[in-house]
Amino acid sequence: MPPQRKGAAARVSEDTEDLTRHPLQAILLADSFATKFRPITLERPKVLLPLVNVPMIDYTLAWLESAGVEEVFVFCCAHSKQVIEYLEKSEWILQPNFSVVTIESHNSVSAGDALRLIYERNVINGDFILISGDTVSNMSLTQVIQEHKERRKKDSNAVMTMVIKQSKLSPITHQSRLGTDELFLAIDPQTKQLLFYEEKTDNLRGIIPLDNALLGDNPSICLHNDKQDCYIDICSQEVLSLFTDNFDYQHLRRHFVKGLLVDDIMGYKIFTHEIHSSYAARIDNYRSYDTISKDIIQRWTYPFVPDVMFSGNSATHLEREGMYRASEIEQSRSARIGTFTVIGKGTRIGNNSNISNSVIGKGCSIGSNVSITGSYIWDSVTIEDGCDIRHAIICDGVVIKSGAALEPGVVLSFNVVIGQQFIVPSYSKVSLYQQPTVEDSDEELEYADNSSGTVDSSITCTMDTLNREMMSETPASQLGPGGVGHVWSICEGGHEEEWRHSVAPIPADKLAEATQSLEDDLEFLNLDGNALSTSGELKPGRNGTDSEDDDAEDSRDDSIYYEKEVEATFLRAVNENIKVPDVILEMNSLRLSYNMTSADCAGAIFYAMMKQALEIPHATAGELRKNAASIIDAWNNLLKFYSKEIDDQIEVIMKFEEMCLESVKEFSPHFSQILHILYDKDILEEDAILRWADEKKDAEESDKVFVKQSEKLIQWLREASEEED
Amino acid sequence: MPDVQALVNDFLIKLKKRKIEGSQATARHTAELLRSVISQQRVPYTNQAAALIDAVRAVGEKLIAANPVELAVGNIVRRVLHIIREEDLSLTTAAIAGLNLSAASDGDDDDDGEQDEHTVLSAAAVAAAARSTLRPPSLQTLLEDIPESAAIPRTSSSGGDSEGKSKSADKSSRTRRLKHDVIEAVNELIQDITSCHEQIAEQAIEHIHQNEVILTLGSSKTVLEFLYAAKEKKRSFRVFVAEGAPRYQGHLLAKELVARGLQTTLITDSAVFAIISRVNMVIVGAHAVMANGGVIAPVGLNMVALAAQKHAVPFVVLAGSHKLCPLYPHNPEVLLNELRSPSELLDFGEFSDCLDFGSGTGSPLLHVVNPAFDYVPPKLVSLFITDTGGHNPSYMYRLIADYYSADDLVVRRRNALGN
Repeated sequence: MPPQRKGAAARVSEDTEDLTRHPLQAILLADSFATKFRPITLERPKVLLPLVNVPMIDYTLAWLESAGVEEVFVFCCAHSKQVIEYLEKSEWILQPNFSVVTIESHNSVSAGDALRLIYERNVINGDFILISGDTVSNMSLTQVIQEHKERRKKDSNAVMTMVIKQSKLSPITHQSRLGTDELFLAIDPQTKQLLFYEEKTDNLRGIIPLDNALLGDNPSICLHNDKQDCYIDICSQEVLSLFTDNFDYQHLRRHFVKGLLVDDIMGYKIFTHEIHSSYAARIDNYRSYDTISKDIIQRWTYPFVPDVMFSGNSATHLEREGMYRASEIEQSRSARIGTFTVIGKGTRIGNNSNISNSVIGKGCSIGSNVSITGSYIWDSVTIEDGCDIRHAIICDGVVIKSGAALEPGVVLSFNVVIGQQFIVPSYSKVSLYQQPTVEDSDEELEYADNSSGTVDSSITCTMDTLNREMMSETPASQLGPGGVGHVWSICEGGHEEEWRHSVAPIPADKLAEATQSLEDDLEFLNLDGNALSTSGELKPGRNGTDSEDDDAEDSRDDSIYYEKEVEATFLRAVNENIKVPDVILEMNSLRLSYNMTSADCAGAIFYAMMKQALEIPHATAGELRKNAASIIDAWNNLLKFYSKEIDDQIEVIMKFEEMCLESVKEFSPHFSQILHILYDKDILEEDAILRWADEKKDAEESDKVFVKQSEKLIQWLREASEEED
Repeated sequence: MPDVQALVNDFLIKLKKRKIEGSQATARHTAELLRSVISQQRVPYTNQAAALIDAVRAVGEKLIAANPVELAVGNIVRRVLHIIREEDLSLTTAAIAGLNLSAASDGDDDDDGEQDEHTVLSAAAVAAAARSTLRPPSLQTLLEDIPESAAIPRTSSSGGDSEGKSKSADKSSRTRRLKHDVIEAVNELIQDITSCHEQIAEQAIEHIHQNEVILTLGSSKTVLEFLYAAKEKKRSFRVFVAEGAPRYQGHLLAKELVARGLQTTLITDSAVFAIISRVNMVIVGAHAVMANGGVIAPVGLNMVALAAQKHAVPFVVLAGSHKLCPLYPHNPEVLLNELRSPSELLDFGEFSDCLDFGSGTGSPLLHVVNPAFDYVPPKLVSLFITDTGGHNPSYMYRLIADYYSADDLVVRRRNALGN
């Protein structure tokens, strides 16, 4: 990075703080604090899982090294021994100008804990790169660090620069090609400041709540859903202390980034840096494992591709049509190896076998008439004759006996044996370990997985105590004759996610389903007559924020909820004899939280009162009227508080009219009497009643029922007011 | 020693990560690295040349494996090996007077098992060596002598060893002299590599004539210097530069040419055929020149060569001698090619929806192929201009024989290299 160093040297003269040039540092989290790769990660840490026959961490380290990072702190948590052992044996330790220091911890359960620990160690003394060990990239850091430093000089609150990349969502499933959820970002187009970050928007049905202040403070905002978060952050030292100050920051994005964006007291800012031609992506789930593997094979990550030996990988030759073959491969003449296939060193392939779009590791033995499509087969796997394997991940040492078949999406963990002729159903996960019962919903585990820290020691003992019904069966029967291993049951709610996050392509029926629901969405929006999309490329269903009808729909829902709340509050007030001022206080807070006008309030309260009147047992219509009168009398002050204005009073009348017409028809005969009572109690002024009558003059006949009913009263009021004049 | 090891590792990593680009830079780095390897290598009393050769081979093997596509590395390793042999040979002939003595003691004290078979031959071999050193290397000598040449230094020096301590003073001076001579020669090689542009450019005036139109593709330092040298000599001519997609290095070349005051026209690669009828000569650089006279060149040049052939326009390739590779190309379009990142062709973000593997069959429908090199067969090349002058493609093998010894074609001892 010569340009950056020059820049640093130039600043030395003007800035005494920079007198000592800090080596560029990076924190590499060798633990994802997630359980998406279970059961494989029970036995081996995620960062050591092979990605196109090279452990993931090697991609990250190779990139950091080539990007000019001089010191890397590898934070190891789950399976820390394995990670440290691997690093000590690897060539990274030996490299000049590149030091890899491991930091071990057994009780960290989240990225937040990790950063707090690193802060305590006090090893970071300048800007650093925060990355997890499952990131593949070939971007140059020079520019982004330069930008970050310049921003820092102008504004010391710019603590972080986030790397993003354009990546279009699948129009049908609304997930990115990496299998992650839709990501919404609001970015200031001028300064590139990140203003809003929202990951999961499924439950919002196309509505993103944006703070008003955002629009107020920023003249323009770009809202993106076609950006992919690369999980590469350039952070200032303050970030570590921020984590220490806020003990509740666990997840980097969900807590830290959102926390900073919401918190305007400290005024910390996050900026984004978009990369275009270079590649960066993080392996988050099986789907991204598949996608990134294919990207690597298609050479988007150049120079980190199989035929370039960037780490300890063995020499591989690239042949036509994306076929990578290492040395010492024994391949039958009749075996067909298709496009985009990687075959590791010392693998044997039998007669008439057919392999395409797959990665096969070192020292595997593949029998005759085997068909392998879109699968990831790691080292020393034995596949006997006649197996059919489609879109599966098969870990080290697995044995698949002859005639077995794997349906799409299967994951076989280490040393599993699949029996003869057995068909493993799609999306099964098979491991020698039993499934831990303490399986919360996927969502929570993501950052609060307690077992990930101590997994190596405790997992075996905790699991021995388990007693699930599937465990009671003998493992052999689960996986055919001679099979060894336990099939993991899919945790509840996970089934939906299974096809989203597996290595298999999304099945046609799921796609059709998604298309259907998309069409429904579209119809719904078209019905509303507003399907405006900002970029023209985006599907209208997803950015309905600017749709008025959506808002209207939304507020309609809101007002129903509001009415219910008011009713409940009022009922409680009646039952518990709460004093009027207190009720007003409660009503006010309700009004504010639902953002209602006082007219809405008056209407709702009146509605609640009438409902209450109806609840009190009554034999005759006269009694009902009496009940109503007494309730109005009792809560006179409450209603008055909200119907000070003429408009509010009209609202009350309208509400009453609506009630009589629709929900509580019992009151319809008494409309004029109750109106009169309201007038007597000074809740309604005569102006209100007269204006209501005027408004109704042009209405249809059916709407005039009540005007006619209260003709007398109106007449009387008119005369009275004329007299006054 | 650890010093050199670190240097070697550093260079290895750079090669592996494709951090060094351009054959000239690679060649110079390789030569400099090998020079320090040689200077650090402790030379035993016996077999000095063999020790040096082994050391260079060991390093060279690693370097070649690090980036098999960058042929310049292998070329320089072989050149250095050749230099060691040559220097040793000349020292041997200088000491030929003492041979009678050493030949007598040859039979009894050969501790090195592998040399046994050579001892019988040694007399003839030494005679051959003497012959070969007396005249400049030619095709004939190379064909005749090389198989034994490796054996000569060993036998003679081991023979010297048996003489005992009386001659040790003389020997240590010889040891130093061999190393000294080799380093001297490697320095010359480095000098040659750095100055190859000038040497090639000197010949420009003979090839570029007044008012000619020259076509080139992509960017090459050699071509730039060549054209500039002609301009310096008051030749006025026009240059057409094809931009050289996808890296568009032609843009840089055009910029440089204009900065140096040449009349330049920039065209797209696809316009080459349309423009070729107006062109008097195509002058291009190369990545490597193979033993058969074929050229590994930046992508797009085969098309230019075909266009030039169609219109009988001379297709001239400029190549420094470090680009001469003694290997014959086998399937060069694939095996000697480098496929670079598709992001040079298109923006990943824009096409990310075409690369979504989540739907459909799971296999990508869009393939993006971005090869770095083209192979231009020898029949399409009219002339090579190297730092030693102009050569016909069919003469290449001869030139290569002058630079390399046949023993070194395979740097790795067991497996055939590369192909």
